[in-house]
This record gives sequence, structure tokens and C-alpha cells, in this order.
Amino acid sequence: MTWARVEACHALAGPAVTGGGSLAHVLRWFVDTCPFTSHGVVSFLIRRILALVAVLFCVVTVTFFLIRVSPGGPFDAERKLPPAIEKQLLTKYKLDGTLWQQYTGYLGDLVKGDLRLSTKYRNRSVAEILAQTLPVTITLGLCAFVLATVLGTIIGVAAASGRGGPKDFFAMLFALLAISLPSFLIGPILILVFGIWLGWFPVGGWGTPQAMVLPAITLAAPYVAYIARLLRGSMIEVLGQDFVRTARAKGLKERTVLYRHALRVAILPVISFLGPLAAHLLTGSIVVETLFHIPGAGGFFVHSILNRDGFLLGGVVIVYCAMLVVFNMTVDVLYTVLDRRIRLDG
Amino acid sequence: MAELRGWKSLRANPVALAAMAILAVLIVASLAGPFFLPPSYAQPGPLSYAAPSWQHPFGTDINGRDILYRVLSGGRISLLVGLCGAAVSLFIGTSYGLISGYAGGRVDSAMMRVVDVLYSVPRLVFILVCINAFDQRLREFASEAGWIWLVSSSRLVVLILSLGVIEWLTLARIVRGQTLSLKNRQFVSAASALGQSHLKILVRHLLPNMTGVIVVYLTLTIPAVIIDESFLSFLGLGVQAPQSSWGSLLADGASALNPVKIRWWLVVFPAATMALALLALNFLGDALRDALDPRR
Repeated sequence: MTWARVEACHALAGPAVTGGGSLAHVLRWFVDTCPFTSHGVVSFLIRRILALVAVLFCVVTVTFFLIRVSPGGPFDAERKLPPAIEKQLLTKYKLDGTLWQQYTGYLGDLVKGDLRLSTKYRNRSVAEILAQTLPVTITLGLCAFVLATVLGTIIGVAAASGRGGPKDFFAMLFALLAISLPSFLIGPILILVFGIWLGWFPVGGWGTPQAMVLPAITLAAPYVAYIARLLRGSMIEVLGQDFVRTARAKGLKERTVLYRHALRVAILPVISFLGPLAAHLLTGSIVVETLFHIPGAGGFFVHSILNRDGFLLGGVVIVYCAMLVVFNMTVDVLYTVLDRRIRLDG
Repeated sequence: MAELRGWKSLRANPVALAAMAILAVLIVASLAGPFFLPPSYAQPGPLSYAAPSWQHPFGTDINGRDILYRVLSGGRISLLVGLCGAAVSLFIGTSYGLISGYAGGRVDSAMMRVVDVLYSVPRLVFILVCINAFDQRLREFASEAGWIWLVSSSRLVVLILSLGVIEWLTLARIVRGQTLSLKNRQFVSAASALGQSHLKILVRHLLPNMTGVIVVYLTLTIPAVIIDESFLSFLGLGVQAPQSSWGSLLADGASALNPVKIRWWLVVFPAATMALALLALNFLGDALRDALDPRR
């Protein structure tokens, strides 16, 4: 749901709307956040992008040096390579010269957009590997993202509306279990029950929609629970407010009151959690990919460390960090917009 | 007095009592249990993948080792890493937050920016790279220095240290916030007017006033560290065989799962034990938070 839509819905259904339809709000927002004012959206974005560059620089530097601190090199094997060949390999993979020269050379290549070659998967470039594996990871992450937000919202609303009752109790019991238990514990149990005993879903692999069900559930479970808890709290607060009473007094159906009126306001804390959520899903998918044998970027991430494949590790880390920062940035923009609307409406 | 009142309300809470009882049983069982089982249970035996029976209540694994034995000795490692890692993070986080909040001004904002930057570094990358970078170094160093015990457990030591180093950020923020709100109180001004040193004010006056918050956060850090360690062991990057932890047992169990031969005991028993420990710790943390809540 885009912010404009949230705003439009809210303008139609929410409390104390001034200024008419959604268009007026949008215009007002653009004027208020004009790029030349001190806290406009553009200056905000510029600051965030500078911060992104700084974070990426730090992360690249830290990973580069830490992987070099460790003894052993990428071409160590059972059989010692002849010195001439080793020298050639080092030259090919740009691992010759002093550490400082290698570091500046690597940074230079990165600025040019070259992620270099993988030292383990010979002759394949890091960019190639990422292009093959990232779509898988992102698909899995998106499924889990949708699952977590939709299911979390439904459970949270149900718990808040039946506060103190059995619905609330079971929803919160589920939430507690799903939050306290890690995915590598929930995953094998799900495989055992739904994959093996009941035989409903395949236990691993990738490609069919059925194969995506268990991984997506495993990945999403803790966040379903977290969103449900978050929403329950804010929903209970909102349900006590005057405009909800008004809506009920008008004789609206309970469902309409909950989803059309109260949820629009109560969803805000959930939206601010979406950025961290995306980040958690990204790192969480490493375990899920290992568990369900999914050919995503997570497996390469783990193996690049074991194989001392510095450039592959660097590439994965850069992409992960950039995605995290961009997600957080998007959510921050979204949230300032929504927050502003709330202040405007009073 | 807050602690005494908190203890009373904790004792009146059946959930907290049950959680403490479960934790006590788990700790005693994993410390003492391996001594009471036959020593042959730790060694590979002829019974590969035996189902649970009176002789092996939790069954055996691929090498014929007893799962009960492995779960208990894995619990030792998981709990040890959880406690020590949380202790390291407690030390770093508390001192960092105290200094940052007490110094205030530019020092404070610089120190908090460092925390912000560290928050954005992916934790997993940091831990993995640390293990990779320092494990072998430490082992070589230990064998040169002649510390035999460190050679075999260097991976564990690096794991504990890097988990502690990664987990202190939130605690530092909490402690800093507390320090900021406490440092302008009159008892602090009085102490500094009496000529007490900064260190003494920090340790004797500020720290005792925030023990409640710190204890609550500590009980929530322990399960977080246990999960982190098991996560790494699950990926095969943490504890190394023949040592086991709950994470590596789960990984073994998950890899032995297949539809033809259903070896459920390999997954169910480690998962249940770990779930019990994590849930008990979380319940205890929640109960402590309620008990030590100053607003009540």
C-alpha cells in the first residue's frame, strides 16, 4: 500500500478531516516538504545517501581487512601450488602487491562498479553469481514479507477486538512461541510435521509454488508474531478513542469499524517496523535457504567465508547492506509522510 | 528496597516460579547429567539411528552416540556461551553507556554515533569474520604459550567474545538514557560537591540505581546470545565437532530428515529442550520486568 493510498483512505474514513480530499493533502505535503526548506525530503534523501556511502565504505573496509587478518589464502589446498602458478593466480585475481595497494585497488574497482572475480568459483564474476542467486532470495523474502504483514495484521486485529477472550489468549500464546523460538528450530519441526508426517509440502528445493510454502512460513513466523503484538497494542489504544465510538454509534458493522477506521490509525507503528523487518528477513533467509536447500545468495554468503573468497563476500555484504539501508530509508520517508498527516489532522 | 519488593512480587508469580524451576532443572541436568550416564554413551557405538528405548531414552544418532547425552552436553555449551556472552555484553554496554551519558555533550553524541554505525553493520558478517580471523590465531598463540585447555576451546572463546561484543549496543543505549536522567539529580550533585571522584560517582551512585533495568535486560540478552550461538552452530560455523550445542544437534537432525526413514527423535528432543530453555528465559525476563517496574 503506498502512502498516497493510505492517506486517501484515511481522508475518507478517518477522524476530523480538514481540507477535503486526498489531493489537497498530497499537494500540501509537497509544499511543506519543498526541497529548499531545511528539512525537506530532498535534503533528507541526500543526507541518507551520503550515510549509505559512509556505511558501505566502513563495511567494505572492515570485511576486507578482517578477511586478510586471518591466516591462509584463497588458493591454499592440500597440494602446494608451484610458486610460478600461484604468482600468476595472484596477479589474475589482483591479490599481488602490498595490502594497502590491494585495498585501494579494490576500492577503485568498486567505485567503477566492478565486483571482481570469485576466487573459489573460478572464472565466474561476483556480479554473475549475485545476478543468479539474488532473485531467489528476494522472491523468498517478498513472500515472507507479504505473509508477515497480512497474517500479522489479521491476528493482531482479532486479538485486540477480542481482548481478554480466548481469541486474544491463543493469538498471544502463538506470538510468544513464535517470537521466542528461532527459525532453525521451527523449520525442522515444520518439515517433520507438514513435509514428512502429513506429506503436504515438499521438504526442500525451489521452483514450484508448493516448495515455497514451508520456507516462507518458517521465515515469516517470528515477524507475524511481532506485528500481531505491535498491532494489538496500538489497536487497543485506538479502539478507546472517540472516533471509533462515533463510528460504532453510526451503526457501522464491527468489521468496517475495525478495518476501515481503527486500523488506518493503528497501523502506524507497524509501518515503522517494516524497514527493520525487511532487514531481518534478508539475514534470516540464510538459515532458511540452508535448511530447505534453496539456491539463494545466503548459501554463497556462508561459503564465501569458509572458502576465504574475499571478493564474493565483499559483493554479498555490499548488496545486503545497501538493501538494508535503502529499506530503512524508504520506510523513514513513508513514516514522515504519514506522521505529518497525523499532525496536520490533529 | 525496590529489589526486595521485586523479589516478593516475583515469588508470587507462578509463571516466574515455573520458569525458574525449569531453568534450574536444565542447568543441573546439563552440568551433572553427563557424569551419571555411562561414558560409552559419548563414544560412537554400533547402534546407528536407534529409536528411543529404555536404554537410550532419546535414541541415538548416525554414529550410535546417545542423543540424551549429546543434548545435555550441548546444553552445557549453549548455556555457557549464553551466560558468558551476556556477561561480556553487560560489561561493555554498561561501561560504555555510563561513560557516554555521564560525559554528555560532544563526547556523548560522538559515542552514540559510533553505536548507530555499529547497528548498521550486519551482525552475522561481523561474527563470522571475527571467528575466521581470530580463531586460528588464538589457537596458534595458545599452543605456543602452552595453554592446552585454550587450544581445544579457542573457537568457543572467540565465539563468546564476538557474541558479547556484538550484543552490547542496545544495553549501552538503555544505560545511557538512565544515566542522563539520573545524573542531574541532587544526590549526584551532593556526591560531587563532597569531592567524590567521577569513577566513584559512576560506580557507587549511578550504577546501583539502574540495576533493575540492567537485570531485566540481561535476562533477555541470555536467550538472544543462545540463539545467536545456535544459529552459527546450525550453519556449521560455531561449535565444532565433536563438541555439540543445541544448534549443531538441530542441524544434524534436520539433515537426517527424509521421507523414507523418519528419524523424528533427532529433531524433536533437541528442539524441545532448546525451546524449553528459551521460553523459560523469556518468561522469566517478562516477569522480572513486571516485578521491577518502578511504576507499580
